[in-house]
Amino acid sequence: MPALLEVRDLTVHYTYGNGAPAVAVDELSLEVAESEVVGLLGESGCGKTTLLLAILGLLPESARVVKGSIRFRGRELRALSESERRGLRGAEISIIFQDPALALNPVRRVGPQVAEVIHAHRRWSRRRCREEALSILAEVGFAAPARVHDSYPHELSGGQRQRVVIAQALACRPALILADEPTASLDSTTQAELWAVLEALQSRFGLALLLVSHDLGALAALAHRVLVMYAGRLVEAGGPAQVFGDPLHPYSRGLLRALPRAPDPTGSLEQRIPPPIPGASPDPAHLPPGCAFEPRCPDRLPLCVERPPGETRPAESRHVRCFKYGG
Amino acid sequence: MEAEPPLVRVCGLTKRYPGRGRREAPVEALAGIDLTITRGVDLALVGQSGSGKSTLARCVARLEEPTSGQIWFDGADLLALRGRRLLPFRERIQLILQDSATALDPRLRAVEIVSEPLDVLGPGDRRERRRRALELMETVGLPAAWAERRPLELSGGQRQRLAIARALAVKPELLILDEAFAGLDASIQAQIAGLLRELQGRHGLTYLYVSHDLALMGLLVDEVAIMFEGRIVEQGAVVRIFSDPRHPHTRALLAAVPSRPIPAAPPAF
Repeated sequence: MPALLEVRDLTVHYTYGNGAPAVAVDELSLEVAESEVVGLLGESGCGKTTLLLAILGLLPESARVVKGSIRFRGRELRALSESERRGLRGAEISIIFQDPALALNPVRRVGPQVAEVIHAHRRWSRRRCREEALSILAEVGFAAPARVHDSYPHELSGGQRQRVVIAQALACRPALILADEPTASLDSTTQAELWAVLEALQSRFGLALLLVSHDLGALAALAHRVLVMYAGRLVEAGGPAQVFGDPLHPYSRGLLRALPRAPDPTGSLEQRIPPPIPGASPDPAHLPPGCAFEPRCPDRLPLCVERPPGETRPAESRHVRCFKYGG
Repeated sequence: MEAEPPLVRVCGLTKRYPGRGRREAPVEALAGIDLTITRGVDLALVGQSGSGKSTLARCVARLEEPTSGQIWFDGADLLALRGRRLLPFRERIQLILQDSATALDPRLRAVEIVSEPLDVLGPGDRRERRRRALELMETVGLPAAWAERRPLELSGGQRQRLAIARALAVKPELLILDEAFAGLDASIQAQIAGLLRELQGRHGLTYLYVSHDLALMGLLVDEVAIMFEGRIVEQGAVVRIFSDPRHPHTRALLAAVPSRPIPAAPPAF
């Protein structure tokens, strides 16, 4: 059985003016199975959002898919016409963006904004779309869906707005939802609530999720598999306990070491800040010929500057791109 | 010898927003705040969204007019100052916001963003100001190679560095950082925190952090004020707040922390 989503060797470039093209996604391959939750992490600017937009066919004009394939249920999405893609978006694959305030129309009530998604794909009567919208608002955890239905976005809190956005994404019962840092704009207690909503919906509807987040705690709890991205490439993949408990790639190790650990405010301020990964990620318009992490890597080998490492499988269901493990 | 006045002193500060229409009650964003910030001693205001922490920060930065109360900055009555007499204080207090992508002019190049405040204040000629802007970019770890980029061509961490460079251009004494770490990953957060620590001594800065993230603030400061419904409900040393939280809301904020820890500690390099 083919995977629900299968991305092969995807390469996306951005071109600004006459400069060298910036490589946002570089020969990236990944799979998401039916009902699987896949977490994706990496620095801002590493190409996570570009990857999600490429899957949906929503790349801006400055971006171009240079090569690779994106298959959904075995169908090549790159071969679809724009209207076929539009039929797919929102119905079979949908997306949740970071900032719900930007995702909703500020001058319209939120209920009709959920109903219009259903109407666009199902062509049901206005009344039936409204009823469906109300039941979806109840599903995302609103105790009084009718009141929320008639509210404007500014009358709702950030967490409530994000639940409305989830309701929109869920409205046509897609098989796959892409989420781009869905909790980053919320405060910590609201974040916990939102993760609980996503978790409940995922198991109730058997949703597949491709989840971009900096919240490693949430990824550890929700994801079946975790992918680590650096400078447009996947550098590591494995189960959350494997990747978070015993990271292999030097970038993943540095990222986890930089996490604020259990709150222990004793000791001097100098000791409290965890050690960051030194340096900065490479300029995507001038990627080094070797491993993109090499300039910052504490474990670099002479080979690392010559060519990018290939993928190896140092253990069952673990993947890594690093010469330390063969490459 | 006369004692030096505190850098900031806030007394009985309130801010009321009118309710919508006739039926809705007004919102009391600040319900009587008393707060002192000593020069050189950083403070974190921690609370959920809606707790009033950003309103308080914006009042101190004189971007928001409080309904009543007093704000003193280095001994001067800040609320009594208007127009030109307020200008020197605008330089002494700078504010950095959560997402610099929306706070920085997307059409300007990085170096223009940093030199803009210098252009307004006018010291030196154009070339001198550009040189100073490049120097400031270097200070925050943005190499000159990035000078011609526009904000959207920079990463989130780089944009935050740029915002810091611009704030430093006017030589502030108080730097208010409102959720300046939100949306950055752990390694970038640690880099920015280290940069701020490094700049502090050299530039004589005092930081006022505003955040919902108590765990992160515990890494950055020794003193925390917890806000809830427009009031400071608890204030004290970070060590004490973490070990012996007294207000139920502080306990709730601490309980939200464990979403961060992960299954097992990774081995060191």
